[in-house]
Amino acid sequence: MERIPILKMGNFLLVTIQVDMYDRLAMTLQDDLTNRITQTHAHGVLIDISGLEIVDSFIGRILGNIARISRVLDAQTVVVGMQPAVAITLVELGLSLTGIRTALNVEKGMALLRSSLNETTNQVIATQWRADDDAED
Amino acid sequence: MSESKIPEILETFEADLLSEWTQELANVNIRKGLIKEAELKEECREFLSLFRSAVGQGKLTNIQAGAWEDMREILNSISRSRSQKGFTPAETATFVFSFKQPLFKRMRQQLQDPIELSEEIWLATNLLDQLGLLTIEVYQKAREDVILRQQEELMELSTPVIKLWEGILALPIIGTLDSARTQMMMESLLQKIVETGSEIAIIDITGVPTVDTLTAQHLLKTVTAARLMGADCMISGIRPQIAQTIVYLGIDLTDITTKATLADAFLIALKRLGVSITPSQPK
Repeated sequence: MERIPILKMGNFLLVTIQVDMYDRLAMTLQDDLTNRITQTHAHGVLIDISGLEIVDSFIGRILGNIARISRVLDAQTVVVGMQPAVAITLVELGLSLTGIRTALNVEKGMALLRSSLNETTNQVIATQWRADDDAED
Repeated sequence: MSESKIPEILETFEADLLSEWTQELANVNIRKGLIKEAELKEECREFLSLFRSAVGQGKLTNIQAGAWEDMREILNSISRSRSQKGFTPAETATFVFSFKQPLFKRMRQQLQDPIELSEEIWLATNLLDQLGLLTIEVYQKAREDVILRQQEELMELSTPVIKLWEGILALPIIGTLDSARTQMMMESLLQKIVETGSEIAIIDITGVPTVDTLTAQHLLKTVTAARLMGADCMISGIRPQIAQTIVYLGIDLTDITTKATLADAFLIALKRLGVSITPSQPK
C-alpha cells in the first residue's frame, strides 16, 4: 500500500506530500505520524503540502487532527506551502484550521519551528548531545 | 399555399432590385463617411444573392433553417462591423428593412391577384422582419460583449497588489466590495503572496465607502486564507464611520490586526520583520 514517507531531521519530523491525498492515505499518514512522534520523541512536525492541489473537507479535518494529536504528544505542527486555491477552498468550507501554525515555505516553516521550540528544546538538545557524546566515548 | 412567386421575382429583377435598394439606402439613412459607398454596395449585392439562394430553396418562413446559414453569418458580420463603426441599432436594421420598398414595388407590378399579392407581401415582410431583428440582436450582443470585457478589465485593474518592502505586500481597495471582486482580490493577493514569499499583507480599505456584513465576511475570509498559507494579514484605513458600522454589526475583528492608516500598519509590519527606519543625519 502507498505510504507517505516521514523523514526525521534532528528534532523534527518532515512530511512532504507529493501525491494527491485520498482518504485512506490520509488516515494512514495520521497513524504513522502519531507512531513516529512517540517513537522518535520529536518536538516538531513540518508538513509540506505544496504539492497538493485539491484539499477536501476530510483531508482538511485530518490535517487539523494531526496538529491536535501532535500537540497532545508535545510536538508543534507547522503546515507549509499551501496553494492559494487550497486556502480559498478550506476557507469556503469553513475550515480555518485554528491551532495549526502555517508558513509560506519549508525554509520559513523550519525557522518557525526552531524559534518556537527554542526555549523548550534547548534543554532537550543539550541532553541529547550529552547522550551522543556518551555514546561516542 | 401555392408556390411562392418571390424567388422568381428576385431572379428576374436582381439587378434592378439591387440598384433601387442601394438608391434607397443612400436616400434614407446611411450617414455619409461612416461607411464607403462601394462597401455598402458590396454588402447589398452579397445580401441579395444569399437571399435569392435561400429563398430559392423554398424556406420562406423560418430563417433558422439550414438554407439561411450563410445569410445569418453575413448579417452577423455586417451587424458587428456596424456596431463597431458607431451606427445606431435602428440604422443597422434599416439596412435590411429598406429592402422592402424595392421588393414590394416589383411584387405589385408582377402579381395581379390582390389576394395572392397580399399573401406574398406578408411572406416577404415576415422574412425581412426576422432578418432585421437578427441584425439588432447581433448588434446588441456585440455591444454586450464589449461591456463584459470592459467590466473584466476594470475588475483586474482595480485590485493591484503592491510590494511595499521585501516581505510586505499591500492591497489598496477602492470602491465597493462585492462577491466577484473580493474573489478576484483574494486570488490575486494569495497568488502574489506565493510568488513573492511575503509574510505580511496589508489590506487597505481607505477607498471603500461602506462596509456591510457581507464585505466584512469577505475580508475575514481573505485574512483566514492568507493565514492558512502562512502569511499574516492586517487591515488598515478603517474610517471612523466604518469602525462604528463594524461594531454595530457585531463583526468580530479581534483576531486581526487593524490600524487606522496604511502608514501605521506598515510600521508594525517593518517592526515584525525586524527592520527599522531611521532618518539620515542632517548635513
